[in-house]
Amino acid sequence: MPMDVMTGNSAQAYGAKLARAEVVAAYPITPQTTVVEKLADLVASGEMKSQYIKVESEHSAMAACIAASATGARAYTATAAHGLALMHEMLIWAAGSRLPIVMGNINRAMAPPWSVWADYQDSIAERDTGWMQFYCQNNQEVLDTVIQAYKVAENHDILLPAMVMEDAFYLSHTFEPVDVPPQKDVDDFLPPYDPPIKLDVDNPVGLWALVPPDHYMEFRFKIAKAMEDSRKVIQEVDEEWEKKFGRSHGGLVERYRMEDADAAIIAAGTMSSTARVAVDNMRDKGKKVGLARLRVFRPFPYEEIRQIAKEVDSIGVLDRSYTFGHGGAFYTETAGALYQAPERPHVKNYVIGIGGRDIPPKEIEGILEKVLSKEDGGEVEWWGLRTSGSREVN
Amino acid sequence: MIQIRFHGRGGQGSVVASNILAAAAFLEEKWVQSFPFFGVERRGAPVTAYTKIDDKPIWDRSEITEPDYVIVLDASLVAVVDVTHGLKENGMVLLNSESKPEDIELGDGFRIATVDATEVAVAHGLGSKSAPIVNSAILGAFSKASGEVDIKSLEASILKMAPAKHKENAAAALEAYEKVQF
Repeated sequence: MPMDVMTGNSAQAYGAKLARAEVVAAYPITPQTTVVEKLADLVASGEMKSQYIKVESEHSAMAACIAASATGARAYTATAAHGLALMHEMLIWAAGSRLPIVMGNINRAMAPPWSVWADYQDSIAERDTGWMQFYCQNNQEVLDTVIQAYKVAENHDILLPAMVMEDAFYLSHTFEPVDVPPQKDVDDFLPPYDPPIKLDVDNPVGLWALVPPDHYMEFRFKIAKAMEDSRKVIQEVDEEWEKKFGRSHGGLVERYRMEDADAAIIAAGTMSSTARVAVDNMRDKGKKVGLARLRVFRPFPYEEIRQIAKEVDSIGVLDRSYTFGHGGAFYTETAGALYQAPERPHVKNYVIGIGGRDIPPKEIEGILEKVLSKEDGGEVEWWGLRTSGSREVN
Repeated sequence: MIQIRFHGRGGQGSVVASNILAAAAFLEEKWVQSFPFFGVERRGAPVTAYTKIDDKPIWDRSEITEPDYVIVLDASLVAVVDVTHGLKENGMVLLNSESKPEDIELGDGFRIATVDATEVAVAHGLGSKSAPIVNSAILGAFSKASGEVDIKSLEASILKMAPAKHKENAAAALEAYEKVQF
């Protein structure tokens, strides 16, 4: 299979191309711009057969994807930060309509103050919209996950949209080797979208009716059920991918050197890639530490988290965003899942890398030392603040 | 792992150079990673870019703080940027300069190489005398001075990835390969 060096944004675009997305509607925003530039080139050159719709905003981009998907077309878009925030209303519309749209989101910090660097506030703020959320750690995973996400989303038991996240610059603008699978193999893996219901002039149906209180709740329950059921499908699709293409991305939670670990960190995105180096360095010193990478945040993999809690005495949860008022979202969800667990280890939240601040392995090693010691007081710590070193908020 | 840090000014092609170098090493079946220091690259402003080359997959995604090589595309940057910061003992600085390596004063403990990449670039019609695009020339010089990547791999990557003037860029790399002093 051909390997090439490409950016995460090119990998995102090739993922959409290989998935044969039939409609692309997107609006450019740093650091997503090169995704849509690449797609525009591929469509203009005839390499990709797709309807490329130019729109005047991200809200319209998602509206166009919703309309396209409702007619049974496979729809794709990509955005970042403020673009995602502007889509908010349409995100809920897409999920409520049970449309399997796939969207790349290049995680970027929200302004003010202005920033174009990596931070998860944009996608964490969309946690409750009914979209599945995948966080990638390398460009290969970006390409593979776009294709996997369609397969999960279009499953008739699921029918929910999915976001495929890339860290701004750490993936979006980073060149590295990516294996581009042959179109034929992807076609075998991902057949054309077969919608159970669609807008069709020859067979008219009505969508988006007003639903009174005696039925609305059931619509919401069905989304909740589909999101629960997606756990199994995400796992199965990743396993099927591994059988066909020889690589797995870990399903919902990827474990690294967790065997006989006393302490673990939970992290997502590119910081979990760097954290492997930190774990290796600590293991070289005989310290029993491991890493659990949160590949999927929605649905939240509470069973996998509870399993980790059975195995270790202490967990540090690393968040690249903060939910003002109490803790980072990865932490509060982890702690919430553990309350119902039979074993509850020491758990602490480390807020790190906000606004794209670089995370070298030695910083993660510092956190691992503290997690291992279990003597680290407090519940939430902002790691490496410039003001006076580390500070706790509570 | 070999770590290379580029210092240039916006418009000189530092980020493209870091990518072309990664692609060249990839042709030699190495694992690579290249990325810009996440600045908002404006024309003329100092720009930093990184290339990592290894025999195994590269998981560390943090910035390069202890480079084996530093490549400076614009000698005037030496006055405003600490280009040798963190450079490893016996590492190398490759400078775009008319001067000989022994006439460059940057400190002790590392090797210095020089090439007049501006002259080479202008001779091949790459940019103007005031705004030369020196990235292909400096990469050719790097190939010879470092021995880390073959000039043939670089040539192939330049022909594939240069945004324009592919042959001129490849020729500039070959000429600088011959002219670099170290």
